[in-house]
Amino acid sequence: MIDIPTIPIDQVAVEERVKRLNSRSIKKGSKVQALKMALSMMDLTTLEGKDSKGKVIQLCNKAKQPHAQIPDLPKVAAVCVYPTMVGIAKKELQGSGIHVASVATAFPSGMAPLSVRIADTKFAVEEGADEVDMVISRGAFLSGEYQQVFDEIAAIKEACGEAHLKVILETGELHTYENVRKASDLAMDAGADFIKTSTGKISPAATQPVTLVMLEAIRDYFYKTGKMIGMKPAGGIRTAKQAIQYLILVKETLGADWLNNQYFRFGASSLANDVLRQIVKQETGLYQSGDYFSLD
Amino acid sequence: MSETTETTYKPTSPNSKLDFASVWEYDPAPESTDHVEVKEKYELFIDGKFVKPSKGRYFSTTNPATGKKLTEFAEATQKDIDKAVKSARKAFEGEWSELAPKTRGKYLFRIARMLQERAREFAVLESMDGGKPIRESRDVDIPLVAAHFFYYAGWADKLEYAFPGKTPEPIGVCGQIIPWNFPLLMLAWKIAPALACGNTVVLKPAETTSLTAMKFAELVKDAGVPDGVINIVTGAGQTGAEIVNHKDIDKIAFTGSTRVGKIIQQSLAGTDKRYSLELGGKGAMIIFEDAPIDQAVEGIINAIFFNQGHVCCAGSRLIVQESVADKVVQKLKDRMQTLVVGDPLDKNTDVGAINSENQFNTVNKYLEIGINEGADIYQCDCELPADGYFIRPTLLTNVSQSNRVVQEEIFGPVLTIQTFRTADEAITKANNTPYGLANGVWTDKGSKIFKIGSKLRSGVVWANTYNKFDPTSPFGGYKESGVGREGGLQGLSAYVNLK
Repeated sequence: MIDIPTIPIDQVAVEERVKRLNSRSIKKGSKVQALKMALSMMDLTTLEGKDSKGKVIQLCNKAKQPHAQIPDLPKVAAVCVYPTMVGIAKKELQGSGIHVASVATAFPSGMAPLSVRIADTKFAVEEGADEVDMVISRGAFLSGEYQQVFDEIAAIKEACGEAHLKVILETGELHTYENVRKASDLAMDAGADFIKTSTGKISPAATQPVTLVMLEAIRDYFYKTGKMIGMKPAGGIRTAKQAIQYLILVKETLGADWLNNQYFRFGASSLANDVLRQIVKQETGLYQSGDYFSLD
Repeated sequence: MSETTETTYKPTSPNSKLDFASVWEYDPAPESTDHVEVKEKYELFIDGKFVKPSKGRYFSTTNPATGKKLTEFAEATQKDIDKAVKSARKAFEGEWSELAPKTRGKYLFRIARMLQERAREFAVLESMDGGKPIRESRDVDIPLVAAHFFYYAGWADKLEYAFPGKTPEPIGVCGQIIPWNFPLLMLAWKIAPALACGNTVVLKPAETTSLTAMKFAELVKDAGVPDGVINIVTGAGQTGAEIVNHKDIDKIAFTGSTRVGKIIQQSLAGTDKRYSLELGGKGAMIIFEDAPIDQAVEGIINAIFFNQGHVCCAGSRLIVQESVADKVVQKLKDRMQTLVVGDPLDKNTDVGAINSENQFNTVNKYLEIGINEGADIYQCDCELPADGYFIRPTLLTNVSQSNRVVQEEIFGPVLTIQTFRTADEAITKANNTPYGLANGVWTDKGSKIFKIGSKLRSGVVWANTYNKFDPTSPFGGYKESGVGREGGLQGLSAYVNLK
């Protein structure tokens, strides 16, 4: 049986640390740089039952051209869709350098037999997904079946082949920072390329204290193995200000090497427009009306 | 000056592989000083009026972040102290002691509210005069100042409940001498309980940091506090001595060094003056292997680098269990690389300027002593401003209990690191100092906290945190760290006679 030690986490101190980092004041050039960085780290996401070909094409167009009037904007990192939409997104993003990410493994609950989840993953990869966002079995994790969770992640990793694997812990269902830490350690040991907070379907989704705990787990893994694991907070990040606060967490916990879209992503759908609005504000001194930003 | 430090002490190169430099730097985010007024010189505040010093002498104060002169303060001599004490006596025997207790409370509430209204101004001045980061003066010092006045305002008409079965009476005229590390906060710790209990005061701020005290005097005038209840006199050690030795002062309250505390105690021996002293410290932080390590590291940062380590209760000795020592030190070194050292008025600054040239020299002297004693030194790689008094946050490893840097209070951003094997050894090392102001314990086990905490000989023991202050919590020292308590219900005892 796999033995994942419990790392004690002091809840009060974690939240205090986040509060202190939130008091950083980001101005002028450093703000513009942060906003552009945030845009380049975005996984533009649509994960709805009513997603259609038309919707996915619109989102891909937004990914390629976030704002018609601002030149030199960085591209977003990826478009994140359900497996059935991967083929459409792949075609739309051909040659753009933007990755296609697919949720898989019976997202968001993961409540399907492992064979089905593996098939789901393989389908997404065959359709052309560059990245796979899987969910862990939270029920098994909470009942202490760590070996099962580990084996499942390892199996999905294998099914991914060349595709990058992001492991969604669904921290909103894990409840304690100790569990978040333990699930992070488990996922990294089992082969995750990224660890990700949430599906966005459960509240609370990403929070900064949870993200900090996961970043610290990544740091310990790096100290131990020298391997860099990526981080993706997802869900509930809607404003540019929040995005910058997350970047500060990364900068002061893991440093410069993680401040790029190979190692840090935002999973978000509405964040892009606020980031764009702030970039326009920094360049023109004026806030544009929301109607100037495309709502795809 | 920082350059000389550079050449004398070679920091060991960081052995961490994490890179905290480059890629994305924070632009300067200076707090505006447009809304604050610093006069060319300040007079003495006696009997509700700003008066010139009898000998007409002034001394200047500098902004330690630039080394440039900020303003001038009047030097109070014997005649001025006498005048201040007479005014305090007149107020004590006249209007102030006749007031209904709830009216005394009303004045304190008013001061507290006005401090909140002018918080930004006080915070900026505190950082300009003392070198502490605006993040701290804005988020810690000034809010605590207001909280302290609010808290003791509430006690003013409830004193009989604080001392059941006894009748508390004010002592009379209190002479109060405060240090330079938390100028306005120490003023609040002294004035709020004294006034709540019905006393009047003659207060002397430290000569390097008198600015916010003089601003406070303006606020006292605006608040309509009766004349003579609060007198503020500026000056150096000699002025303090005049206060300590004045015949018509009933009580001395002093916060400062143990050396001066001992002199005060000697001069007061045989007199009927009461006194309370809050003196130096050499706080230990004990980190057990079962502690939440990342949060403990954050606690260490707050314990030693808060206010450039100019904190009497600073956690200046780290005593860490051998099994996790390497891990803790590695994480601590990486965390130190992210500290922003520089302009105190920049909102991102974590560690500001050393308070004065004098203290700058003292800390550097201790670094030299540490090196000569064989310590290994580690400092952040951060750039320091060209002017002003700045010292890089520093770790001293390979030190032992017999070293001066472990025994003596450095009062700067310098942490010594020792290890232990058993809990008994940790307790012995923590207690092996003439001081006993504060200690900290980090462990995930609640029972261990109580077991270890009860054996640490200090007035304060923090568990899984450090440098947390609240007006309701008493603060004070064991052994050579002081006499009496400030804050909380216990803090009232220092300002009443019980019948």
